[in-house]
Amino acid sequence: MEVDVLKRIAIAEQEPQVRAKNFEEVCLGYTEEEAMAEASRCLNCKNPKCVGGCPVSINIPAFIQEVKKGDFEKAYEIISESSALPAVCGRVCPQETQCEGQCIRGIKGEAVAIGKLERFVADWAREHGIQPKAKAAKNGHKVAVIGAGPSGLTCAGDLAKDGYDVTIFEALHEAGGVLVYGIPEFRLPKSKVVAAEVENVKALGVKIETNVIIGKTITIDELFEKEEFEAVFIGSGAGLPRFMGIKGEQANGVFSANEFLTRNNLMKAFLDQDTPIQRGKKVVVVGGGNVAMDAARTALRLGAEVHIVYRRGEEELPARKEEVHHAKEEGVIFDLLQNPVEILTDENDWVTGIRLIKMELGEPDASGRRSPVEIPGSEYEVECDTVIMSLGTSPNPLISSTTKGLDINRRGCIIAEEETGKTSRDGVYAGGDAVTGAATVILAMGAGKAAAKGIEDYFASKN
Amino acid sequence: MYPIVKKEELAEKIFLMEVEAPRVAASCLPGQFVIVRTDEESERIPLTVCDYDREKGTITIVVQMVGASTEKMHRLNVGDAFHDFVGPLGKPSELCLEENLEETRKKNIVFVAGGLGTAPVYCQVKWLHEHGVNVTCIMGSRTKDLLFFVDKMNAVSDNHVTTDDGSFGFHGMGTDCLKSLWDAGNKFDHCVAIGPMIMMKFVCKLTKELGIHTIVSMNPVMVDGTGMCGACRLIVDGKVKFACVDGPEFDGHLVDFDLAMKRMQQYKSEEGRKKLELEEGDTHHGGCGNCGGDK
Repeated sequence: MEVDVLKRIAIAEQEPQVRAKNFEEVCLGYTEEEAMAEASRCLNCKNPKCVGGCPVSINIPAFIQEVKKGDFEKAYEIISESSALPAVCGRVCPQETQCEGQCIRGIKGEAVAIGKLERFVADWAREHGIQPKAKAAKNGHKVAVIGAGPSGLTCAGDLAKDGYDVTIFEALHEAGGVLVYGIPEFRLPKSKVVAAEVENVKALGVKIETNVIIGKTITIDELFEKEEFEAVFIGSGAGLPRFMGIKGEQANGVFSANEFLTRNNLMKAFLDQDTPIQRGKKVVVVGGGNVAMDAARTALRLGAEVHIVYRRGEEELPARKEEVHHAKEEGVIFDLLQNPVEILTDENDWVTGIRLIKMELGEPDASGRRSPVEIPGSEYEVECDTVIMSLGTSPNPLISSTTKGLDINRRGCIIAEEETGKTSRDGVYAGGDAVTGAATVILAMGAGKAAAKGIEDYFASKN
Repeated sequence: MYPIVKKEELAEKIFLMEVEAPRVAASCLPGQFVIVRTDEESERIPLTVCDYDREKGTITIVVQMVGASTEKMHRLNVGDAFHDFVGPLGKPSELCLEENLEETRKKNIVFVAGGLGTAPVYCQVKWLHEHGVNVTCIMGSRTKDLLFFVDKMNAVSDNHVTTDDGSFGFHGMGTDCLKSLWDAGNKFDHCVAIGPMIMMKFVCKLTKELGIHTIVSMNPVMVDGTGMCGACRLIVDGKVKFACVDGPEFDGHLVDFDLAMKRMQQYKSEEGRKKLELEEGDTHHGGCGNCGGDK
């Protein structure tokens, strides 16, 4: 295979017109030959900047060298030392701002496709029945992990590898957290990829108990007192969806992105299982993040004409470039620099349209982004039957309100040390969205990893 | 899996199930709810707890067949098991907390239960009875054949049974019975109304006139039940509240019932609404989203 060192090996994707009508994965992944060719572009830097860009510090050059040689099993072993969910991360990490953003190849040409290679290795391992291995003998210490999402699975996996007796308590009926309820099938296949990675974590000895809501079914105090856990990690995720507070927002046909995506992804409405979903003819998605892109592309696949309404411009869209690009290719229409002021309804309170106002960008605000300002007199109305609000979430108080001595900040997030996950409560650690507010899968995994180390140090200090 | 240890047909299209769910039974209190999934393709259905047995590790639920999902639940029998059974969700009833007992004892309490609402009311009234608090109950249904738990309610409260068509007990609605008890000199200062939204709306209208503080238990559409999706949002006192985490019980005089009833229509199909209207016949007075009876 010929390689232009400045350019990535192209990766196969489903054609936009085809994939806009199905829930199959968009990206089809590298073949062995393509992966080896792409791996040959890695400079194997002495001082690899990419590793520093990875929140879980995967030894990137080392695994890529193994891919280059064709020893995919060895490559998987190297990744598994640092990551419990490589098939997930290879698909959903924002590599362009992390590992790939640091790649020296990227200075003159295109960065090495680290994410796509990680995905290739993880998929290869799964297809060949290879699972990660626990390193240490059982030490008998019991640790409870709250939430089977990215941070919880990572924390549990790391602790189990080092011999801890770990039980994950999951509130929903299925493990995976945002990987099953939030991210759609076409970006992250559920049974093929997520369930397989959850099985890998279980193969390390981790027990997962679904349908247990910590703070309701059982409290953290009871985990310590009645069930003899010696440490707890809270990875309960983000929480309650935000709304704008505009007129008509409670009308029939207005959904939070969380509701729309949960119905489709977790409850599998797109497969016509029992849970209904409003398919919509014309859908307006309000927001510009990755969740907004997921909701828009889902609504599109369910048969609607879809518009994204975002109050800033294209440059300011918080979503990954790749997601925006994919959404556009598939036919999602971007109505930028506009903001809803009212949702219009009929006499039975069903959505009939939305009133928007045009915006322009003013001076940069505290976040450094130029803040949008309304243009007076620019209001206009658009017909639609569905509005999906994708405005982020605020923390869920279920755990903080039922756990004595657990400090939260002004925004309601659990306060935890970044390096160790340590909270104000002895033996209780936390990480992921419950601490930071809504962020990314990989940052949550990084926090889970840091907390696993923090918990191990905690046990060491007690002995 | 969560095995069913008892099943009982209570009335037309209403059945009871006792389910083994030790973790839920250990922690649940009156006023809270569970979410049940029959099999791996099923919806998550929220149901208010009717009874619990901490020693046996069981929870009792009462279900009304209103559509495909509840009919699917009904097809399970003793020895079968639910795929998922999670809880307790929501906040417990403030009346049924040990720490409030002293306050509760000072109150003159009336419960108004409509239809399926009898099940969650029983849970609270039984708890209060066991803690030495005597209350008045009004339990109503459209007609005699839909009544259940009459003996059970008689055993734990000063119970009044009403039917809309007069086929059993007091002839009239719960609100009529409440008014007549009030006029006869029963000066209640606390009311708990649980039943169809339309019934709770009209109880609240009356109790506001009479000046009785009133708590209602809201049962909107839900998905996860833990605060994540916002499907169950209501307007209470002008603010957005989530029934799953902020409720399900709210001050009934502050709930926007008209909005809540409209939101209930969101996932009802045209056919489903017509079926409801047809089945209820002369006794139909709202809830279908078509007839305007809610207004």
